[in-house]
Amino acid sequence: MDLRLTEDELAFRAEVRAFVRDNLPASIREKTSAGRRLSRDDYVRWTRILAGKGWGAPHWPTAWGGAGWSPIKLSIFLDETQRGNAPEPVAFGVSMVGPVIYTFGSEAQKKRFLPRIIDLSDWWCQGFSEPGAGSDLASLRTSARSDADGWVISGQKTWTTMAQYADWIFVLARTNAQAKKQEGISFFLIDMKTPGITVKPIQTIDGGHEVNEVFLDDVRVPPDAIVGEENKGWDYAKFLLANERNGIARVGVSKARLDRVRQLASIPVYGSGPKMEDPFFRAKLAEVEVELKALEMTQMRVISAPRTGKPDPASSVLKIKGSEIQQATTDLLMEVVGPYALPYRESDDMSNEPPVGPDWASPLAPIYFNNRKVSIYGGSNEIQRSIIAKAILGL
Amino acid sequence: MDFELSSEQEQLRDNVARLMKDRYGFEARKTYQASPQGWSEALWRDYAEMGLLGAPFAEADGGFGGGAVETMIVMEQFGKALALEPYLQTVVLCGALLKHGAGAEQRAELIGAIAAGDLKLSFAHMEKQSGFDLNDVALRAVKDGGGGFVLNGEKTLVGQGDSADRLIVSARVNGSRRDRDGIGLFLVDANASGVSRRGYPTQDGQRAAEISFAEVRVAPDDVLGPPDRALPAIERAVDETTAALSAEAVGAMSEALTMTVDYLKTRKQFGVTIGSFQALQHRAADMTVALEQARSMMYLAAMMADEEDAAERAKTMSAVKAQIGRSAKFIGQQAVQMHGGIAMTYEYKVGHLFKRLTMIDTAYGDADVHVRRLADRGSLFA
Repeated sequence: MDLRLTEDELAFRAEVRAFVRDNLPASIREKTSAGRRLSRDDYVRWTRILAGKGWGAPHWPTAWGGAGWSPIKLSIFLDETQRGNAPEPVAFGVSMVGPVIYTFGSEAQKKRFLPRIIDLSDWWCQGFSEPGAGSDLASLRTSARSDADGWVISGQKTWTTMAQYADWIFVLARTNAQAKKQEGISFFLIDMKTPGITVKPIQTIDGGHEVNEVFLDDVRVPPDAIVGEENKGWDYAKFLLANERNGIARVGVSKARLDRVRQLASIPVYGSGPKMEDPFFRAKLAEVEVELKALEMTQMRVISAPRTGKPDPASSVLKIKGSEIQQATTDLLMEVVGPYALPYRESDDMSNEPPVGPDWASPLAPIYFNNRKVSIYGGSNEIQRSIIAKAILGL
Repeated sequence: MDFELSSEQEQLRDNVARLMKDRYGFEARKTYQASPQGWSEALWRDYAEMGLLGAPFAEADGGFGGGAVETMIVMEQFGKALALEPYLQTVVLCGALLKHGAGAEQRAELIGAIAAGDLKLSFAHMEKQSGFDLNDVALRAVKDGGGGFVLNGEKTLVGQGDSADRLIVSARVNGSRRDRDGIGLFLVDANASGVSRRGYPTQDGQRAAEISFAEVRVAPDDVLGPPDRALPAIERAVDETTAALSAEAVGAMSEALTMTVDYLKTRKQFGVTIGSFQALQHRAADMTVALEQARSMMYLAAMMADEEDAAERAKTMSAVKAQIGRSAKFIGQQAVQMHGGIAMTYEYKVGHLFKRLTMIDTAYGDADVHVRRLADRGSLFA
């Protein structure tokens, strides 16, 4: 047992840290750190910088552009890029559909799609959730029927993150209405420009627009839009979710946010002085750091364990604790900004009115409100608890 | 980064686990607890024969060349069984004081005796006024003119102090009560003239003693290290003890969770096993999360126990102790709650796991004490 990073791992960490410091455009770094919204161009720009270095899809097989790093190095890479306030990779392509395509797709699909995912030439979004299928995803009702020309897909998807930017969508649709609900689902790759697709924004409680409804009305797709075998889509979806364990805890994101908390808490805003002079506030901050330190080690334990390709119930531990800590960091931001959390400012407000309160104040309450999502998406924390109860404890 | 145990370490774990299974059933523990010293002399001999008592010491000092990982392995198994023997006091705490505070000859003699099972030590350090401040030492040591010292004062809550053969006593040689300098360590025979001990049982089934020292003479050879600069060795020994306690706590927590889950699978109410209720399933899942977070900190503690940078080590140990304390309280309380009435009975093990976990939280400062320390020490991620 040796829990220290090796010389090689330490050198790698320094390399990633230096790369982010030297190559992340300052305008993007400032937006991420301040919690302001990134544009589509910001994501594309940073992804191309990474892709240019060969780091666009480091966890992929080297044959398809992966970096061939160990799980520990992948984790270091994520941690350093997150803490360095780089935009997070647009997961829907590089972390979700990419691995499904290189594992289950045809050669033609691999050649066509994989290179365009790495540099974000194609922006993907995820067509899983439906109005009636959230935690119970397998009850989805979007249907795909085959005809002479391919497939005709109809239904409604929701919570589709950044669909407004997307070139492609991967969709779970029912291809056999008679089978047991998990066994009649197939996995489709659909061009967002196909006639019949309509994207409608959903405004979230923070006032932002990151999720959408996607309507599919008799969307005609060619025969090669299906991945792998018909009616095996649920297996591919489970594989996709199992692949998420590296990074699900978002330790680097929480570290970066705690950096921000410390920075802002050293500025006097209200009351008798900077929040960092308040021992009760410092104790709460320390409390969060303790949990995050433990989570960092838990994550290392999970990713050091041999990979089985099956969903690892330990991922549920990472998801629960990781989301709770992310939310706790936003509690601290709210406490730092205090009364100046109150004014609401449109994120695209271009007016010349001066901000009310400190100029860094306006994104903080939206971050707090927005982060309620992290314990809901990707399988709510209640679903994760049920997974632990069944898969780990045998209840 | 590698979390795998070596094959020798796996063997050590399996050997201790087997011994606990064979000899430390909860009914057997009750008989050990009922003996005058409150633990089993026969098992202490077994520990010696198995090499447990010399495990964490250098071979040059008479040990078997292990370290913090070996201590972690042993303590986790002891935690599951609620073992009562004075391992933490003798091997971990006093062993660390000797490692870091004593001269080479003293180490060779005393550590060799510990490893052989011939010497049980307790650390007489805490005083009525000191709380968790390790630098707060009032008991006086005055030079006797011949290289030795004379001790006068009182120590409180000395773990297994009533059954120890010898005591390591911290005493103030110079300066005022809370000075960091001026503290020495002295080896005193527990039955020496002027030493009076009052032993008593503790909440967790162990024992402790109030000890007073009246004109107790310490020979020059029994002064451990430089007699006015012992605090760094004391702090380091307590950090190593914190690491060991975290492993004991993880053992007790995992046992409490295992017992709880077994109970959920067998106890029937309303015609079904209570483990079919989602309210209880989710609570058990939260206990699992708390246990895994604690286990991670146990590993971190083992890794950092050898850290030479005292400030860095202390900061990490505060984080460890805080997490262990929070997890221990949650798991202990919920294990009792989910068992219901049976856990309220003295004869059932779960309540005793809860009590030991509660006392581990308190030992050397509870979670709040350590969070407060961290709050004044800057980021854990600096």
